[in-house]
Amino acid sequence: MYGWCGRIARIDLTSGKWEVETPPAALLKDFIGGRGLGVHYLAPFITRSWDDPAMPLLLFTGPLVGTAAPTSGRMAVVSRSPLTGTVSDASVGGSLGTALKRAGLDGLIITGKSPGMCGIEITDRQILIHDATPLSGKGTAFVTEVLKKKGAVAVSGPAAENRVLYANIMVDGHFAAGRNGLGLVFAEKNIKYITVQGKGRPLVKDQVMLKEACKDVLRLVAASPALSGRLGIANFGTGALYDLMDARRMMPTRNFKKTRFIHAADLNAHAYRQQYAPENSGCSGCHIRCKKQARDGRPLPEFETMSHFSALLENRQMEAVMEANRICNDLGMDTISAAATLACHAEIIGRTLEPDEILDLLTAIGTGRDTGKMLGQGSARYARACNRPEASMAVKNLELSAYDPRGAYGMALAFAVSNRGACHLRAYPIGHEILRKPVATDRFSFEGKARIIKISEDLNAVVDALTACKFVFFAASLEEYAKIFEAVTGMATSAQDLLQVGERIVYLERILNAANGFGIEDDDLPQRFFQSQGDALPIDRRAFLKARTDYYIVRGLDHQGRPTKEKATALGLDFHKSGAEPGAKQDDSLYDFNV
Amino acid sequence: MTSMFKHFETKLTSAGLVEKGAALFGFLDARLEWNHPDREAEKLGVLFQNLNINSLLFAQPAEPYATIINYLALTEGEAIQPRDCETRTFLHDLPIAPDPDPARLEFLLKRRKGVIVPHYGIITTGTVSIEQAYVTFSSFCFACFVKFFGDYLRDVRRGNTSAQQKAAYEKASAGLRPLGTDNVALLPGPFHTEAEVLQAMEEAGRQVVAHGLVDSYFGNISCLLGTVLYISQTGSSLDHLGGCIDPCPLDDSSCAGLTASSELSAHMRIIAETGARTILHGHPPFAVILSMDCEVEDCDCAGTCHLKCPHTRMVCGTPIVAGEVGTGPHGLCHTVPKVIREGTGAIVYGHGLFTIGQKDFNVPFQRLLAVENACRREYFKRVST
Ligand code: SF4
Ligand SMILES: [Zn+2]
Repeated sequence: MYGWCGRIARIDLTSGKWEVETPPAALLKDFIGGRGLGVHYLAPFITRSWDDPAMPLLLFTGPLVGTAAPTSGRMAVVSRSPLTGTVSDASVGGSLGTALKRAGLDGLIITGKSPGMCGIEITDRQILIHDATPLSGKGTAFVTEVLKKKGAVAVSGPAAENRVLYANIMVDGHFAAGRNGLGLVFAEKNIKYITVQGKGRPLVKDQVMLKEACKDVLRLVAASPALSGRLGIANFGTGALYDLMDARRMMPTRNFKKTRFIHAADLNAHAYRQQYAPENSGCSGCHIRCKKQARDGRPLPEFETMSHFSALLENRQMEAVMEANRICNDLGMDTISAAATLACHAEIIGRTLEPDEILDLLTAIGTGRDTGKMLGQGSARYARACNRPEASMAVKNLELSAYDPRGAYGMALAFAVSNRGACHLRAYPIGHEILRKPVATDRFSFEGKARIIKISEDLNAVVDALTACKFVFFAASLEEYAKIFEAVTGMATSAQDLLQVGERIVYLERILNAANGFGIEDDDLPQRFFQSQGDALPIDRRAFLKARTDYYIVRGLDHQGRPTKEKATALGLDFHKSGAEPGAKQDDSLYDFNV
Repeated sequence: MTSMFKHFETKLTSAGLVEKGAALFGFLDARLEWNHPDREAEKLGVLFQNLNINSLLFAQPAEPYATIINYLALTEGEAIQPRDCETRTFLHDLPIAPDPDPARLEFLLKRRKGVIVPHYGIITTGTVSIEQAYVTFSSFCFACFVKFFGDYLRDVRRGNTSAQQKAAYEKASAGLRPLGTDNVALLPGPFHTEAEVLQAMEEAGRQVVAHGLVDSYFGNISCLLGTVLYISQTGSSLDHLGGCIDPCPLDDSSCAGLTASSELSAHMRIIAETGARTILHGHPPFAVILSMDCEVEDCDCAGTCHLKCPHTRMVCGTPIVAGEVGTGPHGLCHTVPKVIREGTGAIVYGHGLFTIGQKDFNVPFQRLLAVENACRREYFKRVST
């Protein structure tokens, strides 16, 4: 087999046993890998609660991982989200995906629950489960340092142990499988860490063709201002977006009450560069290297973290942002949700939080202390418990990232209809609405956006299946990646064939969410965006609703946003089997974890 | 959508790519819309059902493109393989369908952004906006133009032109737009305010397009004011620069210019090397054609001239250098700044021409025009000798 290893390990933590199975070729063709395979294997269990031992935690690479294909060192982690109750996946960089492939595995299906805290150690084709009790409560930086000789390291931090609903899995210390609380699923299974190392290499069908196809991508990357330009993310990291969001007046400020932060110019990527003289780093297999690391070893915050820990909280101290980022990484929790939950808290208590207070509260969340216990359950549950639901800026309980939807209507629609809550990366309309790629669209119009969002969701789903990095698609397209896929796997394909795989994945996710009762009422934005507020013009509610209806039509859903049998069949999906037993959304009130 | 349709219809006709009223645009959101009723719409509408696209453009190109493209499509096999930079970077090759059979069109459009059907027309698509379809259409025309005239010159030298090729050449040459005249006076510099700079840039951009010195959304323009370089945005059309110019501080103290042209680095370096204050960059076709007309035999770099050509070649008093778009190891930002001078400009192999000025856009514009006019005369001289 080319590209894939043809080996998936099933690990049952309850019994401590594992076995290897070969995925059928038809499955690989239909779902490819990464998010696609993850969602496929999740389907039969989706209506169970996230903390049911039978709920699988899935880690999958794609066929390009471990080859020379640009930016293909990533992988997907998939399960049901404790935060949103939706199907959930996170694309994560670092070296874990490559290591797994080199160990001869396409993916891991982890079920059951270990009797005590454990670590899963994978070396080539061997899997050992170790006692990890001594690492209980330890931060991700410490655990990563201790384990780094064992290869790539994925760790859950104290936040996961303290039941933070937006706990992350941290890979190699700096790369987060974030947003949907998959770190908590990790910890629920009593996993503290996974390490992987291997010496193998996936087979490539046609090295000459691959080399040629890679050249096409590298040429486009070099020609891309957003990636390789003087001000691009290869030079400045994703923080390069900060000035642009300020210039376009769409930087969420004071919990989305305003769209402009007047101190932004002092906290931009240039200022971080002056202050921390960072060095470049990146995911394995990537030449763009968008990650920046300060001389003292701390990573520079990504754009979303930079923005939410400054503007959203009206914090002017750069060092506090650096520390907030470090604390979140070390405790293992999502920076976007953490910052947005604190912003919601600030609004509820009616005052701006001081920088020290922000850092103290983060520690309280990650260690399960005091108010931190409530804040660790995300802004939606917290705000509802305080009888102030309007103060939570979330969709499907997932906090919005740092793009104000009033400044980009495609983003507004994408946030609302996303299958995992308010995630900017499902359709990433910032590409065309702000970065002008592949061409510019009118950011203040919903015209054409329904189909654009649908197609981009499909694109990003197949990118997550391949598993490549979404950033490279600021420059390249599936036209180039189809050639790469063909060269690696020997399977004929085209840009449009790949898009259809993406469509299948997104539709299956929609079926799985519907099985848990998600529908039209969940595909909406917080009311704040439709009302006059501060300095931003509200979104026209009627235009938004029309765009959402159009999206349902384009996506092949019924008028309530529910999947249809006809469309499912057309995509080769089994409408009934996929969702198993009928399920339910999760309780939206605060969990009583007794921690 | 009507205004979008109109906008791109006008652009196609004013660029001489399509006769008035001959372009068919389709756009699909929840419902499919066409710019006008057309019997081809029904046939091509099927493509929207089976492809994940939202835009489609179909048109028979105007002369001389029709003659050129039909000739190439009938003689080049399954795909036309031009060597210019727009094709190399963005298109790879231009597929040909022998007839507009929907299944064949669908098969080819699954792989590429456009397809040529000889004596029928060009079909291009987009997944985001009809601008993509327009840009691809325009690039197809440009790439075929450059390849056709380039190949003809080569074949004349080798003495192996065919009768069919000659006939196409005669017809295409007769259909060329008149030589650009140089009696254009642009706003005089030096400029003292941002408003003046923007006005001058917009005016110069319009003239570059009006004179056929660049196609679709390629080309770029910049102007230095104090310590800020104003530069056109990536993917902007030089004839519609309003709201599409980014101010970029020379010390990179703001990344708000993240959307600036992919040649920002080249512009910055040109300014640092030469002290220039204004820069124009276009893709004038005959300058591009002659940049690829190299008579060095047994060259080590054959096939990679656009990356590695080590020779200092000149055409019409202008140096030609290698270089790719952007900032890669072979990026033109490493080559152009070293050779470009006010009186000459610099041509990038298979790509386009950069010119510079000290106080306004008059000198760079005149130079852009003069080099293209000279290259066009030189081309026909080379063909006839
Ligand atoms: S561009 Fe950045 S996030 Fe993407 S693969 Fe490269 S280093 Fe990782
Ligand atoms: Zn150019």
